[in-house]
Amino acid sequence: MTLAEGVQLVLFGLLAALVIGTALGVVLLSNIVYSAFLLGGVFLSISGLYVLLNAGFVAAAQILIYVGAVNVLILFGIMLVNKSQPFTPVRRGWIRLIATGGVCLGLFALLSTMILGTSWQLSTETPVGDGATVLIGMHFFSDFLLPFELASVLLLMALVGAIILARREFVPDEPPTDAISDALKLPERPRELVPAGREGSESPE
Amino acid sequence: MSQGIDLQGSFVELLTQFGLPAGVAKAMWLPLPMTLILLAATVSIFVTVWLERKISAAAQQRIGPEFAGPLGTLQAAADGIKLLFKEDIVPAKADTILFTLGPALVVIPVFLSLLIIPFGQNLVITDIGVGIFLWIALSSITPIGLLMSGYSSNNKYSLLGGLRAAAQSISYEIPLALAVLAIVLMSNSLSTIDIVEQQSGYGILGWNVWRQPVGFLIFWIAALAECERLPFDLPEAEEELVAGYQTEYTGMKFGLFYVGSYVNLVLSALIFSILYLGGWESPISVDLLSGLFGVSETTPWLQVITAAIGIVMTVVKAYLLVFLAVLLRWTVPRVRIDQLLDLGWKFLLPVALVNLLLTAALKITFPVAFGG
Repeated sequence: MTLAEGVQLVLFGLLAALVIGTALGVVLLSNIVYSAFLLGGVFLSISGLYVLLNAGFVAAAQILIYVGAVNVLILFGIMLVNKSQPFTPVRRGWIRLIATGGVCLGLFALLSTMILGTSWQLSTETPVGDGATVLIGMHFFSDFLLPFELASVLLLMALVGAIILARREFVPDEPPTDAISDALKLPERPRELVPAGREGSESPE
Repeated sequence: MSQGIDLQGSFVELLTQFGLPAGVAKAMWLPLPMTLILLAATVSIFVTVWLERKISAAAQQRIGPEFAGPLGTLQAAADGIKLLFKEDIVPAKADTILFTLGPALVVIPVFLSLLIIPFGQNLVITDIGVGIFLWIALSSITPIGLLMSGYSSNNKYSLLGGLRAAAQSISYEIPLALAVLAIVLMSNSLSTIDIVEQQSGYGILGWNVWRQPVGFLIFWIAALAECERLPFDLPEAEEELVAGYQTEYTGMKFGLFYVGSYVNLVLSALIFSILYLGGWESPISVDLLSGLFGVSETTPWLQVITAAIGIVMTVVKAYLLVFLAVLLRWTVPRVRIDQLLDLGWKFLLPVALVNLLLTAALKITFPVAFGG
């Protein structure tokens, strides 16, 4: 065994253990903040597995999308609504736990029989490695054109939507005094132009 | 230029001549560039801290550090030693694990990103295909560390600072990525080496600044916001939030934030110089000069000189940008949080989007000038 193969084997073992361990932590820990941080650990370990598979671009995309966007948004959501409520134990709560465990075990058994039962065809081609970016681009613009275009239009819509939402006129804190006359109007009002310096002296933020 | 200096090849060859197997020689080579880059990053912190102190002193008509070493150059080392010997305090009701993990998560991605910085044709740790994309991906891990330290400190100022840092970081990531995308579009590659190669040949006229006048402004503003430099240092705004997510930290844990922010500044400056200022290319192309004097570009001494000029050029460009950032810090007042988010979402994002579309259109119309 050469040095590179040994390193790969050890790293695979470490990353697999990390994925399983952190994923179990996400499910089993009762503190939701820990679960959210461990979810980031799961995503990072999976991207490490992609690196081992010579898929550098997929690994970087995994980090950017799942760790940088999805996980940060989850954490953001948790921390903005971090309202601690006393937990009252539910009567016969154990039924729920057993039912969940049963469903999970059943799913696990189903998937493992499927994985073990399928005769996987191993590709003998050497991985393209760094050339993958070009190859992915080729596929996007030939046989996966429609899904790619649909996804890109959707993302562009989201981007434009974010800009529109951000540029929306402001909603006043207290309802306007003549509320009866324009009850059917949207709550947004055109922003009043305040001369510079006046607002700053009132609320030094 | 294709031959260049191959340090790894020479090193491995030298060791195999001493009778070592090739695999062992290669394994012995591996830690060398990594340690070198770590050392360079540490030295860059010292230089940047010294520059920051001296320039801010000059901006305020003071003298600045003077007694630690010649011209106060050892001031940063004194600061570091002071931080090392401080007591490491964890607040009583803080979450110890997350509190310790937070600073590490902020620093590690920054140091990892130095992997892709080229200082010359072959003077880079790895020329990976995803190159600049790796930097964008890695820099998106940092907000998790900030949120972690903000939450675990069990302090409302820390939490607010962490939330602000994360919001700022995700808002400015998008214009930053769009600006980088325009460059990638022109150079047909994500690799930092290819991006520099595409700008080479015409000296200062070939640099991307001329082709991306809007893009480089967007990139610089977004990079300053990502580094939490002064016009955008809201996460640690002293007057409002004590010190933001750093409030409860002491000793070397605080030092890690400090190190992370300065390495991040230098890293952003380096990436800026690679993307827009032609990386290791000098303003007057060395190839052109050597052709003028009739020296073959495979001459050994010329290659050494080219490599030296390349390193000096990259570092000089990066530190010019650091100088600019420090000067900006002492001239521009801090923005409010709503102004910051307004600037990011209402102005930079649409402009970056239009810039990307324009670049794509220009690339199709003038493939000669825009790398068709």
